[in-house]
Amino acid sequence: MAGFFGVLFDGFAYGMLLFLLSVGLSVTLGMMNFINLAHCSFGMLGGYVTVTLMERLGWPFLATLPAAFVAAAALSMVLERLLFRRAYRAGELDQCLLTIGVVFMSVASAAYIWGTVQQPVQLPDYFSGSLVFLGVNFAYYRLFLIATALAVTALLVAGLEWTRFGAQVRAAVDNQRMSRGLGIDVDRAFAITFALGSGLAGFGGSLAIAMVGLDPDFAFAYLIYVLIVVSVGGLASIGGSFAAAAVLGISDMAGKYYVPQLGSFLIYLVMVGVLMWRPAGLFGRR
Amino acid sequence: METAPPHLHLHAQTRWSSLEIAFWLSTLLPFALLPSYLQLANQIAVTALFALSLDLILGYAGIVSLGHAAFFGVGAYTAGILSKYLWGEPLSLLAIGALAAGVVGYATSWIIAYFRHLALIMITLGLGLLLYEAANSASWLTGGADGLQGVSIRPLFGVFPFDLYGRTAYAYSLLALFLAFLVARRVIYSPFGLALRGIRENPLRMPAIGAPSRAHIRKIYTIAAVMAGTAGALIAETTESVSLETLSFQRSADVLVILILGGAGRLYGGILGAIIYMVARDQFSGINPQYWYFWIGLLLVAVVMFLPNGILGGFAKFFPRKA
Repeated sequence: MAGFFGVLFDGFAYGMLLFLLSVGLSVTLGMMNFINLAHCSFGMLGGYVTVTLMERLGWPFLATLPAAFVAAAALSMVLERLLFRRAYRAGELDQCLLTIGVVFMSVASAAYIWGTVQQPVQLPDYFSGSLVFLGVNFAYYRLFLIATALAVTALLVAGLEWTRFGAQVRAAVDNQRMSRGLGIDVDRAFAITFALGSGLAGFGGSLAIAMVGLDPDFAFAYLIYVLIVVSVGGLASIGGSFAAAAVLGISDMAGKYYVPQLGSFLIYLVMVGVLMWRPAGLFGRR
Repeated sequence: METAPPHLHLHAQTRWSSLEIAFWLSTLLPFALLPSYLQLANQIAVTALFALSLDLILGYAGIVSLGHAAFFGVGAYTAGILSKYLWGEPLSLLAIGALAAGVVGYATSWIIAYFRHLALIMITLGLGLLLYEAANSASWLTGGADGLQGVSIRPLFGVFPFDLYGRTAYAYSLLALFLAFLVARRVIYSPFGLALRGIRENPLRMPAIGAPSRAHIRKIYTIAAVMAGTAGALIAETTESVSLETLSFQRSADVLVILILGGAGRLYGGILGAIIYMVARDQFSGINPQYWYFWIGLLLVAVVMFLPNGILGGFAKFFPRKA
């Protein structure tokens, strides 16, 4: 029984990582229908920023997290201005091709700058060890992850529900043309959302590397997971992304723990099942 | 042009232009001019066939698939496994590989026909990944991550062996590609092909005017699966090996990139995309073995920026359409 709760806990912590990595994509995809397959490249950038600041400049781990957020957000703003903005009116196939091209370039750049080896991540001492409660091991770092993700979720939900900017984003998601007609600057709202979402991916990436490692393959390897979370959760639904990430994290962990010979079979099965039942995702409206 | 009756419009499009004939003649040039590149030419022909099969569903029926490698892999593994345990006659293996992929395609088409948009993409992706995981765990049959060992193919017609230089391989794959192209051309310029384009343009209106959209989708999806299976069986036979990579997400993504690069919804889009992508990859990886995909990425970005709708789609803007 303790083992079961342990798997549940670890899976939930893993799910929270997936949530941080994917929530930005969910909102921007719902808003502009812009298919950004390069989303995980920002997560990868966050990871590399953390590793570099810690290893080369000796920054403490916690201080690198905001830096990862800022770096990913800044780069995404530049790319949005230079490249992505021109592709909003293009077809979805062109958007896929453009952003896949960006992924290729980011993977090659990461390999060029940091090499293809796994990056070493040394967590600070206060994150090693774990809390034992009723025979279940609660690793401190995973507790920290879960707490952070919950705080981010609360911030996002509050920001989206109760601020003026949040109302503009919701309006743009519901009906982009109507929002423009009402004088909402959808392009500006989108650019900010895009930067925030990419920043969150960078933040999630720097939290993820201690659990899942970091090499240039990251941008591709997690793309599938992020797409699964976004589609299962439903577009532009923070609660949906949260639930989908939790379910996927837990089923992935449980699958690998109890039936390792099946690999990732279980989470693909869960995804196909959910989408056949609800094509718009668990919380999606269209 | 818009007012011409459909059958005249279709008939006008089926005529072979001199450019097309020149193109197909030029595919024979590698035999004479680039004999050391025939293995690459074989890979290109197989990839072009694979991309052509994706074009049928994506370019014409608007079904975006991120799991098309499933059919490629089923064709490859069927041909490979049968050659290992039963017999190695290439033509019959090719037919059986294609048939097996067609059966899988027909079975999944019942699911595919009910979904669109993101759900469709993710379901095709999920089904492809499920098959990948299944092949990975069934290592007693497929060899798992090590790939299938012991594939041996008899000479074609009992006369032409599949040699190291790829002469037979390229001739064989090129012929298969050409025959599949004729089939695709026939399908696309038929009333059925026109109905598919209707589904692509407006999936709600087609059923409303009485067209059985879902039956059309099932049909074209099965045809595309047969073609993809043929491509997979070709690669298994001409390289005498099958790896798990034939089923991977990477291969599905690659073929999607190749098709969009060349121009989806155009018969030559997949073929042109395969030539450009594979030659670019070969050249870049020769110049810069570790970071070649940076240049591929740059190529993709540049194409979207300067030639939207793929290379053929971009260039089509500069030339007036033939009536």
